[in-house]
Amino acid sequence: MAQITASVYSSHVPLIGVAIDKGMTQEEYFKPLFDGYEPGRDWAAANTPDVVILVFNDHANAFGLDIVPTFALGMSETFEPADEGWGARPVPTVVGHPTLAAHIAHSVIQDDFDLTLVNNIPVDHGCTVPLSVMYDQPEAWPCKVIPLFINVVQYPIPSGRRCLELGKAIRRAVDSFDEDLNVQIWGTGGMSHQLQGQRAGLINAEWDNAFFDRMVNDPEDLANMEHVEYVREGGSEGIELVMWLVARGAMSDLAGGAPPTEVHRHYHVPASNTAAGQLILEDNS
Amino acid sequence: MGLDKPYLDIPGTTIFDTDQAALGYHLNMFAMSLKDAENRELFAADQDAYLDKWPMTEDQKQAVRDRDFNRILELGGNIYYCAKIGATDGLNYVQIVSSMTENDAEAHRQMMIDGGRSPEGNRYLHEWADGDPAARKERGEH
Repeated sequence: MAQITASVYSSHVPLIGVAIDKGMTQEEYFKPLFDGYEPGRDWAAANTPDVVILVFNDHANAFGLDIVPTFALGMSETFEPADEGWGARPVPTVVGHPTLAAHIAHSVIQDDFDLTLVNNIPVDHGCTVPLSVMYDQPEAWPCKVIPLFINVVQYPIPSGRRCLELGKAIRRAVDSFDEDLNVQIWGTGGMSHQLQGQRAGLINAEWDNAFFDRMVNDPEDLANMEHVEYVREGGSEGIELVMWLVARGAMSDLAGGAPPTEVHRHYHVPASNTAAGQLILEDNS
Repeated sequence: MGLDKPYLDIPGTTIFDTDQAALGYHLNMFAMSLKDAENRELFAADQDAYLDKWPMTEDQKQAVRDRDFNRILELGGNIYYCAKIGATDGLNYVQIVSSMTENDAEAHRQMMIDGGRSPEGNRYLHEWADGDPAARKERGEH
């Protein structure tokens, strides 16, 4: 049987990818950020899954305004890194898991989540930067990846509650897949940042750290947070943090199991315009 | 009855909602086209000719020519789409983002290293009644 064994929460700032791609991680600006990633990389090397369900948002690279799906699941065998305007990142092709993706689609749609199913679609920094954070610069990514795109760019975007419930539905889907697979789910984006307007550059470390605590200890309550609070307190692009709730919803404590074990937490300001955060939770089903 | 938009009470922030998306459809799709290298070359070679291929308003085209990102967002642009205009100019995100603020890129970079812009005094429109950070900076205030 397939099983979700852990959840990872990670910023996906483009500059973090640039630093890895260009060998800048030991420079003064980046060193504290990457030193804090070391324990996560050690954990990742010792706990490589068969498949990662990677929750992120597209940033005007795969979807335009012609089609704006709230939730879109990547069904393909492969996903190429996108050219986002600066040239494509020199990272491996992301290899999907079509049979598990098909199973999740079948189960989750019947569980009342209207997923859009997508093939032949590029993946941008939202997907590839978290992989680089964990796996550095391999010839090939060490696991299969099922991309799950969440619209957090054009409002209305899904509520925190809807994201948490989607995570629960994904857990039910994975639980009913017959093949023995070790599956992780990663929620990405955030933490506080604002990339636009006269208020750009906003960072709220106090709010971010409270968000970590609530994510670990009380996700059901955190799921009630309104969008406007994310924006007011965590910046307009801090809204990406709703995607962390999808990953949290897939932990078994929300289906009657024991609370997850916190393995690692890391927080650093800045990565470009953003507060970078990372959290790793092991499931205890 | 209008829709509830509580985010309109946050200063210096434009939320890209369906109304903004309707205003900015052509503007954003122009910007998104710059994800393709050959389009970046065409735009760089003859900006006006490239802009004229898109049914954007004259105000939107002028905001693009001016690289006035605050105006671009006001006219329906979204930052992820329109950052590709900056990418075509060879700018990074700190340079693009700082152009919308009271700081130049170096001062903005330093502000981020120092912990970023505090949310204190930046949560509600009424807190900016005496002017936005650029106006306050001009008056010699913080």
